[in-house]
Amino acid sequence: MRDVAVLGVGMTKFGELWDRSFREIGIEAGLQAMVEAKLSSGDLGGLFLGNMASGSLIDQEQIAPLILDYAGLGARHLPAVRVEGGGASGSLALHQGYLAVASGLYDFVVVGGAEKLTDVPDVTGNQITSSAADHEWEVVFGATLPALWALIARRHMHQYGTTREQLARVAVHAHEMGSKNPNAHYRNKITIEQVLGAGEVAEPLGMFDCAPLSDGAAAVVLGPLETARKYTDQPIRIAASQVACDTMAVQHRRDVTTLDSTVVAARRAFEQAHRAPADVRVAEIHDAYTISALVSLEDLGFSEKGHAGPDFEAGRFGAKGDVAVNMSGGLKAQGAPFGAVGVAQVVELVRQLRGQAKDRQVADARLALAQDVGGTGATSVVTLLERAD
Amino acid sequence: MSIARFWRETPRRYNLGGSKCTMCGTAYFPPRSVCPMCAHHRESIERMVPFQLSGDGEVFSYTIVHEAAEGFEMQVPYVLALVRTVEGPTLTGQVVDLEPEDIRIGLKVRATFRKLREEGKAGVIHYGYKFTPAEDLPARPHGGRAAAAPASASKESDRAPA
Repeated sequence: MRDVAVLGVGMTKFGELWDRSFREIGIEAGLQAMVEAKLSSGDLGGLFLGNMASGSLIDQEQIAPLILDYAGLGARHLPAVRVEGGGASGSLALHQGYLAVASGLYDFVVVGGAEKLTDVPDVTGNQITSSAADHEWEVVFGATLPALWALIARRHMHQYGTTREQLARVAVHAHEMGSKNPNAHYRNKITIEQVLGAGEVAEPLGMFDCAPLSDGAAAVVLGPLETARKYTDQPIRIAASQVACDTMAVQHRRDVTTLDSTVVAARRAFEQAHRAPADVRVAEIHDAYTISALVSLEDLGFSEKGHAGPDFEAGRFGAKGDVAVNMSGGLKAQGAPFGAVGVAQVVELVRQLRGQAKDRQVADARLALAQDVGGTGATSVVTLLERAD
Repeated sequence: MSIARFWRETPRRYNLGGSKCTMCGTAYFPPRSVCPMCAHHRESIERMVPFQLSGDGEVFSYTIVHEAAEGFEMQVPYVLALVRTVEGPTLTGQVVDLEPEDIRIGLKVRATFRKLREEGKAGVIHYGYKFTPAEDLPARPHGGRAAAAPASASKESDRAPA
């Protein structure tokens, strides 16, 4: 296996992109990444596209060849593969692209993630969101994805004393960072009082505890590290890419308050990179729900189990904290177009490691972590990125 | 959803039919064909036997749902819980016949047969398990959030037709 580097990145604005189609946003992100990597289409070995629900959302399957076609590469007959793993589809596609280059089978690949959620009404979008849970044994009995995360939240509060205010603080932080990100769906700051006063979704979670339904696309170009400098001045090495899975339904978890898939993926990733959580300076984590951010911080090894709430309140995860978390605004404020999320996390971290993150730049970032979760944690993907200079 | 897709789950959804591993004794719901816990994982194939849950358990976690799942719009706000059964398996289901403020972790509950949802006026009606309190609750003469009437009176009934 050879070292793999990110050579170029691109992403669209996230949000309600009513004037733009799925294929338009997919191509915009991919072409940005190609141009940045100074790569010509003749160099490409293939495309991996993360997407969760195009069939339900836009009545379109076979979207990988569709994007390839409209990227002008149809006549080259490249392989194009869609990858699905609920909300973790994007980083699963990244993992496939990483394996393809690391194995030596392909030299250069584009990894994209795209989702178009606003072509259906909000109610339908919420139902499709819940399709990442176990339909037959959760959703049929009245569960939604936020309701399942609420069950995790209530148990976490019961076992560890996590408070409603601590949950709210995660959303306030996300909007604070989103206000500095021109690509973010939400750029307004919010207060704890606004989070607590928002309409209930599934108690204890309210509207501001949940990420929005967004459109968006992101893409990265991967290639072998050994030749990376021909394509970019600042190659970013993928120090680890690991996937782990867990039971589909929350009811079957070993511990309802722990994402074992994240625990295991993170452990494997730190082993692969010969690093520890304390080495990570900047991270993008799964804050689709405020509770998902807190359990993720614990399960990634950034907080003791049960302590993420107090640690968050103490500022450990702010821009100047021990680990700067979700400088992009995260899923909560940057937006949550399922399949695009995991790729967009990597786009943000590459920009952080290159020193290109402008108002939200974290000082001295050398090692970065991305964690992407499908549904309530049946799939977790953990990626470690580091500066290659 | 097609009729067959729901009909074929009838033994589980109506009668709480699970399975048990004869190698290690662990019970499962819904039934599984391989035991995930068993040290002799592969040897459990074809050694899983039917196992009947009693329906008794207690609330392990809960939420009060305001933005409903598809087909549950007429029932909001409703209580959804993880119920740990006395036999071991944990189930996800609604807790009904109580005011939302009376739900708590540790509440003893018992499974009951109810209407889950229906697909419009002419579509399939889905039945299955919900849970009701199996211990005395505090008297609430004037109700709480649901005002004077019990929650079930102000909303569509989920009782199976007589």
